[in-house]
Amino acid sequence: MSDAIVLTGRAVRLSRRNLDAVLTAMLLPVLLMFVFVYFFGGAIDTGTRTGYVTYVVPGVMLLCAGFGSASTAVTVTNDMAGGIIDRFRSLDVSGTALVAGHVAASVLRNAVATTIVFGVAFLIGFRPDAGPLDWLAVAGILLAFILAISWLSACFGLIARTPEAAGGFTFLMMFLPYPSSAFVPIDTMPDWLHGFAGHQPVTPVIAALRALLLDQPVGDSAWQALSWCGGILAVAVALSGVLFRRRTA
Amino acid sequence: MTRQPAIEANGLKKAYGAVTVLAGIDLSVARGSVFALLGPNGAGKTTTVRILSTLTPPDAGDARVAGYDVVRDRPRVRRAISLTGQYAAVDEMQTGEENLCMMGRLAGLGRAGARGRARELLERFGLTDAARRTAGTYSGGMRRRFDLAAGLVGRPEVIFLDEPTTGLDPRSRQAMWDVVRGLAHDGVTVFLTTQYLEEADQLADRVAVVDGGRVVAEGTSGELKRQVAGERLDLVLTDAAAFAETARRLGGRLVHSDADRLTLGVATDGDAARVRALLDEIDPDRRAVRRFAVRGATLDDVFLALTSHQEAAQKETADV
Repeated sequence: MSDAIVLTGRAVRLSRRNLDAVLTAMLLPVLLMFVFVYFFGGAIDTGTRTGYVTYVVPGVMLLCAGFGSASTAVTVTNDMAGGIIDRFRSLDVSGTALVAGHVAASVLRNAVATTIVFGVAFLIGFRPDAGPLDWLAVAGILLAFILAISWLSACFGLIARTPEAAGGFTFLMMFLPYPSSAFVPIDTMPDWLHGFAGHQPVTPVIAALRALLLDQPVGDSAWQALSWCGGILAVAVALSGVLFRRRTA
Repeated sequence: MTRQPAIEANGLKKAYGAVTVLAGIDLSVARGSVFALLGPNGAGKTTTVRILSTLTPPDAGDARVAGYDVVRDRPRVRRAISLTGQYAAVDEMQTGEENLCMMGRLAGLGRAGARGRARELLERFGLTDAARRTAGTYSGGMRRRFDLAAGLVGRPEVIFLDEPTTGLDPRSRQAMWDVVRGLAHDGVTVFLTTQYLEEADQLADRVAVVDGGRVVAEGTSGELKRQVAGERLDLVLTDAAAFAETARRLGGRLVHSDADRLTLGVATDGDAARVRALLDEIDPDRRAVRRFAVRGATLDDVFLALTSHQEAAQKETADV
């Protein structure tokens, strides 16, 4: 456990010295939000009174969280491909402690990025209808999502041989929100997509965030979202342990 | 306990796919001594170090380091050793001080203890001025010293140095040698690999020569040098016929043979009377040898002299 704390400090220092990557992770969702709100927004009728910006912000948050979390894959691969892993192993550091350090740093990075993206959203007219408890729940769900996706990307980082290959995971996370209700309502998509878009993990997360922010009935979406995140996290933690042992055997 | 060797390996074998890297390595290294594993690229030096430092499990054989089995007691071995490899095992984006503090804490020191140890090591390796620079900005020599310092954070009993001076300029190499001598003086066991005969000669109490995944000779560097004459007599022959005839006369004494350049090499100690006698013996008519030169033996000569003539010939064909 104390190893994980020391390694979190390290991962945070490394992030601070790699600011351009952190900035990209913040700028990209902000730019996409502009694209959706100003370029496409006028043409998209989501059937809500509150305007497209309010509809799209949960999707943008998710995109931001997914994209930012996916960078964990690259940081993990960098460690595995470099000489430092031999040092860690000779200090008897466990794979779980190493991954936990990267994931914790990812959560902190994303907390900052998410706050900034929310700030920009407010500036361009995002007006949610959420009370303090709702905000707390929003933070909790985003945190669970970031945690799950970060740990999952760490698994990709343990599989990939080069940082470039690990970067591929970022693309997957960039596209996953599109076939969901993140940017447009699902019933506007072709029928064959409904099955996937309605049941993929991003959808309940989006639904829960949107319901909480707009003070609408949350229904089962919050529990579904947390179950997905919990499930992904549990699988990723177990998988990362196996992958680390296999990679370093 | 003190009678027990610091490192003991029996019949270590390792293959990667169809490629055999270690074909049965036996080693014994006394506590507090400096031991050098000398060999060319691909001889199995790094694999041996990785097995002894628990990073790679052997396919067969067993090894004990600091009294613990490298497979069964892996955590204990790891606490007792440090490894400095050919590639710097530090974070380039962290400063020297941050790296060492981090490693100190991972080695179980408290916050203050880790900081104190970091300062002490930076001071000892002449890196105090660079303590607040990121390790990525260090020069090659500084990086090797720093890497070694990083390995010493946990006060290991046994230190593995994999090619500590490969690629360093003469001054940095000298500085590294001083550091290794300092470690030996402190009573730590040092196990180093090198491609340089001179390095083994300068630093090691005992040397094992490895080639093709086997130990082909072991002893003090003095003993090894007596097995290989210190110098080599190079003969340039007049023509192909003379070359063939002389090669036949020399037989197993040959340590070098280059048919294209009509050159043959024989081990010698450089003694004038013996060189003259040898020339008379192989060229009684004084027609076959056109020129000769006596020069210091290279590592190649050592290997060729230490591996059997037949194996050497096979190796030369394989290299072509």
